[in-house]
Amino acid sequence: MSGDTQRFDWRGLVIPVGCVVAAEGAARVTGWQSDMLAPPSSIAVAFWTAALDGTLVKATAATLATSLAGLAIGAVLGLLVGILLGLVRSLDRLMEFSIEAFRPVPAVALIPIALLVFGFGFRMEIAIVAFAAFWPILILTRAAVAGVEPRLIQVGRALGFGAAARVWKIVLPAALPRIFVAFRLAAGIALIVAVTVEIAANPLGLGYNMILAQQTMRPELMLALLVWLGFVGWSLNRLLLWSQKSLFGPAALIRIER
Amino acid sequence: MIALPSLQRMCWLLASFGVGLLFVLLWYVIAQAKLVSPVFLPGPGRTFDALYYGLVEGDLATNTLATVERMVYGWLLASIAGIAIGAMIGVSQTARAYVEPTLEFLRPLPASAMMPVAIALLGLSDAMVLAVIAFGALWPMLLATVHGFAAVEPRLYQVSRALGLSHAEVVRKIALPSAMPDILSGMRVGLTIALILAVVGEMLASRPGLGQAILLAARAFQSADLYAGVILLGIIGYVSNLALSLTEQRLLRWRV
Repeated sequence: MSGDTQRFDWRGLVIPVGCVVAAEGAARVTGWQSDMLAPPSSIAVAFWTAALDGTLVKATAATLATSLAGLAIGAVLGLLVGILLGLVRSLDRLMEFSIEAFRPVPAVALIPIALLVFGFGFRMEIAIVAFAAFWPILILTRAAVAGVEPRLIQVGRALGFGAAARVWKIVLPAALPRIFVAFRLAAGIALIVAVTVEIAANPLGLGYNMILAQQTMRPELMLALLVWLGFVGWSLNRLLLWSQKSLFGPAALIRIER
Repeated sequence: MIALPSLQRMCWLLASFGVGLLFVLLWYVIAQAKLVSPVFLPGPGRTFDALYYGLVEGDLATNTLATVERMVYGWLLASIAGIAIGAMIGVSQTARAYVEPTLEFLRPLPASAMMPVAIALLGLSDAMVLAVIAFGALWPMLLATVHGFAAVEPRLYQVSRALGLSHAEVVRKIALPSAMPDILSGMRVGLTIALILAVVGEMLASRPGLGQAILLAARAFQSADLYAGVILLGIIGYVSNLALSLTEQRLLRWRV
């Protein structure tokens, strides 16, 4: 796992390894028994057990599936609205108040509403993830489309392209690198929101298994899931960064303003 | 101060406000025609009634204050810790080499995932909610500060050495102002996270606040109270973001 660093720097390992050794040492020396925390060795055992008996796979699949489904819905809607508002400036100005009024609503505030409408389960979580993913995609797509060189669109007109062909053949390819950045951000948000919904309300996935492990006094399982969740989030981030780099190269290396 | 917007801009804003009103009208029509069951979607009239009476007679105002207080305290804790730790890591290249990989691993971890751990350690208490808010809101500020300090123009450090400035003076007079834009945008992200975690914490730990209020309203099928709470949360998000944007503009005037 060297990633994009040229040379492996061992200094980055000092803190994590040191923490693990210190925690294990402290547990061994004092021999504490706890319902709240667990030494790294039992965390590793709990992780291994959960990985073998399938709970880990099932929970991870549920969390990832809801994140992806919500992300897909939110991204498609955000993309459509974002392209429309990016192309039609007057419409964008007319929608300004409504968008600015809706956007600051924290996605978790919708948990009770989604609970009321859908009950517990996948649909409720997907709806909230879609809401959360919709806004960054909308805002950044709108900016990306509005930032497309106008002369390109004029060229499209001169070539006699219809509106659909202009969007498909000129606007989308030109805005795609920045849209992908939006997608990457939204994917991170989707995972975070999915886990949050699971922890707060929905009996499903990694988040729920964590809170369940805490409530049943199994700190080793809870911490194992936490580490695993960190790894899943980190891998997702890496994967998306890598695909961004290999798909778009330097074109995607732009600073995004929120 | 903020420049007055031009007449044309005002017209567009008014028009967009009108469009917003049209959406409320649409909401009214949908609710009135019972296209969506009133259990899920109360009409705007009932919602604004619930908002008004909740604020004037009910405990919506105290709940709002409780949530805002939680959010602000957690965020302040996170800001102080984030900027201090970030500055310590950021000024030293060696410290960065040791700490940065760990930070990169922890960053994508959902802050809410710390909630079960915090419950195990602190129980279902206000302290737990505060700790989770502070922990979650810490990351954007910490990383932004580290990044801001690392990105200081190297020649400025050379100048400071030539001037014989002490370490503390370098941080205060050169690194901190130059990292300010990064820190402020980190603080804005942190505040958003603080609000989210305050709501989740209240829901999970049943601490008084809007998060608990809307969950209870949903359980009692009081959809009007539920929507009133959600509207208030939106307003909190909007106002806090706006306040920080204005502060940002003021503090960063010297850069333009």
